[in-house]
Amino acid sequence: MRASNSYWTLFCNVYRKDVTLAFRQRAEIVNPLLFFLIVITLFPLAIGPEPALLARMAPGIIWVAALLSTMLGLDKIFRDDYMDGSLEQLIASPYPLSLAVLAKVAAHWTVAGLPMVIMAPVFALLMNLESQALGATVLTLLIGTPLLSFIGAIGAGLTVGLQKGGILMSLLVLPLYIPVLIFATSAIDTSSMSLAYSGQLAILGAMLAVAFVAAPIAISSALRVSVS
Amino acid sequence: MQFESFSDFIAMGGYGFYVWLSFGSCLAIILGLLFVSLHEGKRLKQQVKMQMSREERIKKAKEAEAQA
Amino acid sequence: MWKWLHPYAKAERAYQLCNTLLPYFAVVSVLCIVVGWVWGLAYAPADYQQKDSYRIIFIHVPSAILSMGAYSSMAVAAIIALVWQLRNAELAVIAIAPVGAAMTAIALITGAAWGKPMWGAWWVWDARLTSELILLFLYLGVLSLYHAFEDKKAGGRAACILAIVGVVNLPIIHFSVEWWNTLHQGATITKFDTSAIDPSMLWPLLINLLGFAALVGAMSLIRLKNEIMQADKHRPWVRQLVSRG
Repeated sequence: MRASNSYWTLFCNVYRKDVTLAFRQRAEIVNPLLFFLIVITLFPLAIGPEPALLARMAPGIIWVAALLSTMLGLDKIFRDDYMDGSLEQLIASPYPLSLAVLAKVAAHWTVAGLPMVIMAPVFALLMNLESQALGATVLTLLIGTPLLSFIGAIGAGLTVGLQKGGILMSLLVLPLYIPVLIFATSAIDTSSMSLAYSGQLAILGAMLAVAFVAAPIAISSALRVSVS
Repeated sequence: MQFESFSDFIAMGGYGFYVWLSFGSCLAIILGLLFVSLHEGKRLKQQVKMQMSREERIKKAKEAEAQA
Repeated sequence: MWKWLHPYAKAERAYQLCNTLLPYFAVVSVLCIVVGWVWGLAYAPADYQQKDSYRIIFIHVPSAILSMGAYSSMAVAAIIALVWQLRNAELAVIAIAPVGAAMTAIALITGAAWGKPMWGAWWVWDARLTSELILLFLYLGVLSLYHAFEDKKAGGRAACILAIVGVVNLPIIHFSVEWWNTLHQGATITKFDTSAIDPSMLWPLLINLLGFAALVGAMSLIRLKNEIMQADKHRPWVRQLVSRG
């Protein structure tokens, strides 16, 4: 690499590569969304179609479905690069690994999180959620899904070298998702009662800020362990 | 002593089942883990011993071969 | 201090240290637990409200405290292992994890057995119970991650990273669960105020706590010995040790 390449170029290159790869195989974007939709469909079938009951359970259902569908793409976030050796190149390069990791996490969020944020209002309508809660649903997903990508990437980094890392990764990651789930669903709950939910959003934002700083370090040390 | 008789002690004022269940499961878990850990140590030592005697045998066989 | 500590980075010295420490821990734990159980079960007065069912406290509270204590010591060992690249500290993480998981399991089971007569249900989504359950998941995650690796060296380091990630998250999880609980239900659950507890009950409790702490130490030492031996299986010192007896 030439010395003129700045950190920003590295970030953009890694990000662009991952996003382009994902858009070429459209299944990677469509499948998690479809999964999200199907999980949401299963709940009314399982617990009954009463609108009041559904509206009460909607925040929880939407968020559990979101958690599960982000898990789908997580396994791939480092796997392909690990298989073809480009992960090793990134580690060996003189650039900080955490920056490349940050780009990969951002790419994962663009592919897995963002479509969900965009589609969330539609799914919320399916669940009879009050209209004043729609904004909260979108906002919590907007702050919460990058957080899920960060935390999930730690698990993905730890298990990337393993043959059957997929299930193990979900076991490691899901307990760590609990605070996100609690605050996000409570924000939606409060907003459906027409109360201020900025407190929960602020806590989610704080967690995102901490994850933004700390998670890339954890992920890159996990990757170093997995690749060595 | 808080209890009049042994059967009182077992009954725990009607809560016997819960008290003995928790103490029993506690003991079972502790002893189980202890047994597994100690057994593991024994197995490791055995393994090392077998490896050593195997190497000894190979060495002897090689010596015998060299003499023959 | 470094000069004094440094030899223990060597596996053989650490193994010997385990051997010297183990009898003390074992004696203290057996003694305290026997005394504590007999005292707690037979001699401590019955609680005026909960009658004899409260006797579960003598194992429930120590195991709950030590489940968290074991996790923090595991995390400290993990930090030492990653910062100073000490193999023995890595092995200590792996050695402590099952012991901590056992303590968590005991705390959960005894909590359920205590909850049934007191609250009328085996399981309540109380904040403390929930975070204890999540603690068990974290322990099991560390263990299963370690065992999933073929290369135990990489597995040890991965487990260390996960332990540290877990210890950063643990307070967040705990407070969020506590907050969630106060939000969702206002049910009052009889809580023990430790400072208000009568000395006749406090003493056996403290003795049990000491006994459990020593027990965790002793079990971790036994497991650490195994782990050190497993890691150094092909080294001469292990062979000498085995052939000696």
